[in-house]
Amino acid sequence: MSVARYDHGSRIPGWDDAVDLSKDPAEVPDPATMPVPAELRAAIEAAMAKYPDFRSAAIPALHAAQDLHGWCSPEAIEQVACVMRLTPAYLTAVATFYDMFATQPVGRHAVYVCTNISCSLRGADALHSAMQEAAADDPDFNVRAFECLGACDIAPMASVNGVYVGPLEVSDAETIVAQLRAGEDVLPEKQLLRRACADPGARS
Amino acid sequence: MSDKLLFKDIDEPGLATIDVYKRRGGYQSLERALKCSREEVLQNLMDSGLRGRGGAGFAMGRKASFLPRGTMDKYLVCNADESEPGTFKDRELMQKSPHMLVEGMIIAAYAADANRSFIYIRGEYQQQAEILERAIQEARDAGYLGERILGSDHSLSLVLHRGAGAYICGEETGLLDSLEGKRGNPRLKPPFPANQGLYQGPTLINNVETLATVPHIIRMGGGEYAKLGTETSTGTKLVSVSGNVQRPGNYEIELGIPSREIVYGLAGGPERGREIKLWFPGGSSSPVLTPAELDLPYDFDSMAKAGSMLGSGAIIVVDDSVSVVDVALKLAKFYRHESCGKCTPCREGTNWTVKMLQRVESGEATPMDLDIIASVQQQIMGNCLCVLGDAMAMPVASMVSKFRGEFEAHIEARRAATGLGAPLAGVGV
Repeated sequence: MSVARYDHGSRIPGWDDAVDLSKDPAEVPDPATMPVPAELRAAIEAAMAKYPDFRSAAIPALHAAQDLHGWCSPEAIEQVACVMRLTPAYLTAVATFYDMFATQPVGRHAVYVCTNISCSLRGADALHSAMQEAAADDPDFNVRAFECLGACDIAPMASVNGVYVGPLEVSDAETIVAQLRAGEDVLPEKQLLRRACADPGARS
Repeated sequence: MSDKLLFKDIDEPGLATIDVYKRRGGYQSLERALKCSREEVLQNLMDSGLRGRGGAGFAMGRKASFLPRGTMDKYLVCNADESEPGTFKDRELMQKSPHMLVEGMIIAAYAADANRSFIYIRGEYQQQAEILERAIQEARDAGYLGERILGSDHSLSLVLHRGAGAYICGEETGLLDSLEGKRGNPRLKPPFPANQGLYQGPTLINNVETLATVPHIIRMGGGEYAKLGTETSTGTKLVSVSGNVQRPGNYEIELGIPSREIVYGLAGGPERGREIKLWFPGGSSSPVLTPAELDLPYDFDSMAKAGSMLGSGAIIVVDDSVSVVDVALKLAKFYRHESCGKCTPCREGTNWTVKMLQRVESGEATPMDLDIIASVQQQIMGNCLCVLGDAMAMPVASMVSKFRGEFEAHIEARRAATGLGAPLAGVGV
């Protein structure tokens, strides 16, 4: 079924997936029959203890589940639901809202290339194409264009498994892919954390 | 240089650790503040004239004073969701001087009489979150967080909360919903967060830079701080300069210096042989300004008078090699993606603006489409629960009105190049 008005693709993945109306909504999983890995349970319970309302732990819990499973799979969602005593529907609603939660399987290396305004002024689109080409057909890689990552000083840049690197050249794309495959530190000399402040007055 | 407050010693090795921070005078403001009454600290914040550094520019001291008195749980939330395109100042602060933020939060919570605090950091700032988490633990171990801090009657817990990638969570009520474990949809205001915020309790929400400035205000005294900058835009401001400049980066400036000095003096201006076409004075949501307006002082009021805003203090420079159509389309696509979908004018307005701009880009549009684009922006503004729609409408409307000739010329050139039809009479010459 296609709905032409929204053919741009909503930011909410799966919003137009057909629902099986003959099925009852999934209930909170039964802890007696639902196996949850011990470390995941511990992480979720620790997160729940931090907040006055346990529901606040939904995002930290989904982060923990995604780290373990690689994506927010139905199984991962059910495990979180079981520990938090929430319905899978509630957690699916949360997971589908946020860009960093994958509701489809993705490669384990997350490469987010910033293609927002400041980076695109400095060649981010070419970098994104080069990254996609370099990692083409490798199911281990999750290369995607991302909204402003808050590092326009090193534009064009990318977040490689959470590590910010930049300013990148198109030729760095091959290096990043090779280094990730080899399990090495990615472009150490271009990592943001090693960069000094641009303000000359701040240098004492 | 002595005029730096937030960026003084910012590159000092180990500043992120409590030892180096304390050696550099850290946590002395906290000790001083806790010896004063809450009212005195609040008065200092009011006297300082500090305006919120996140975008809205509301007076920080006044906002803190709105919280009701009483013994209920009150919350302080630090907005570290920094997602406004072009803004990266909070990232540098949190990464290099996390204790400055923690100290500022403890003092601000004391002034507002809040006993629970949260930092909502955007999910993408993974490395910064790790640094902050370590700093919070150090502060806890040193007795700066917890029950009866330094023997005073002030108790405070601090929890670092990582988001998961949604621009809308930088909007204060969207942030609160997200922090409560829901989808980050903005709420109707009023009630304002000061009355009913997090978990329906009174909540003070401030940006990272605003809170990091608090220890400096206590150290200097509110009145002394107010002498920096201009009368209505006091103090120093971190400015993130990016785009087509030679030295992009964060610079700490005194509010009120000429914008030209920031763009050309500090950031080096555009590459040789290039001219500035337009610039955003306060993040991608601010209406664009022309090079002629570079001589305006960089402060809240001058930017507002010029029809734009200081916003988050993110200057994005676009040079003459870039098509204004591309800039408008890029922005509109971003806001379409980030619209949460709750309010119709924003959800539909961002979508149709992208479609119309794509028609402009491909040459299928006529100049009448430009009028429709402009009118759609007018219908978005002020008609939603939050300002995400306005954040697209303002820059797009300003680009269409200030660079209309270029939009028309672009349509005409594309029509000619793609053989879409005969040139339209009297257009784009």
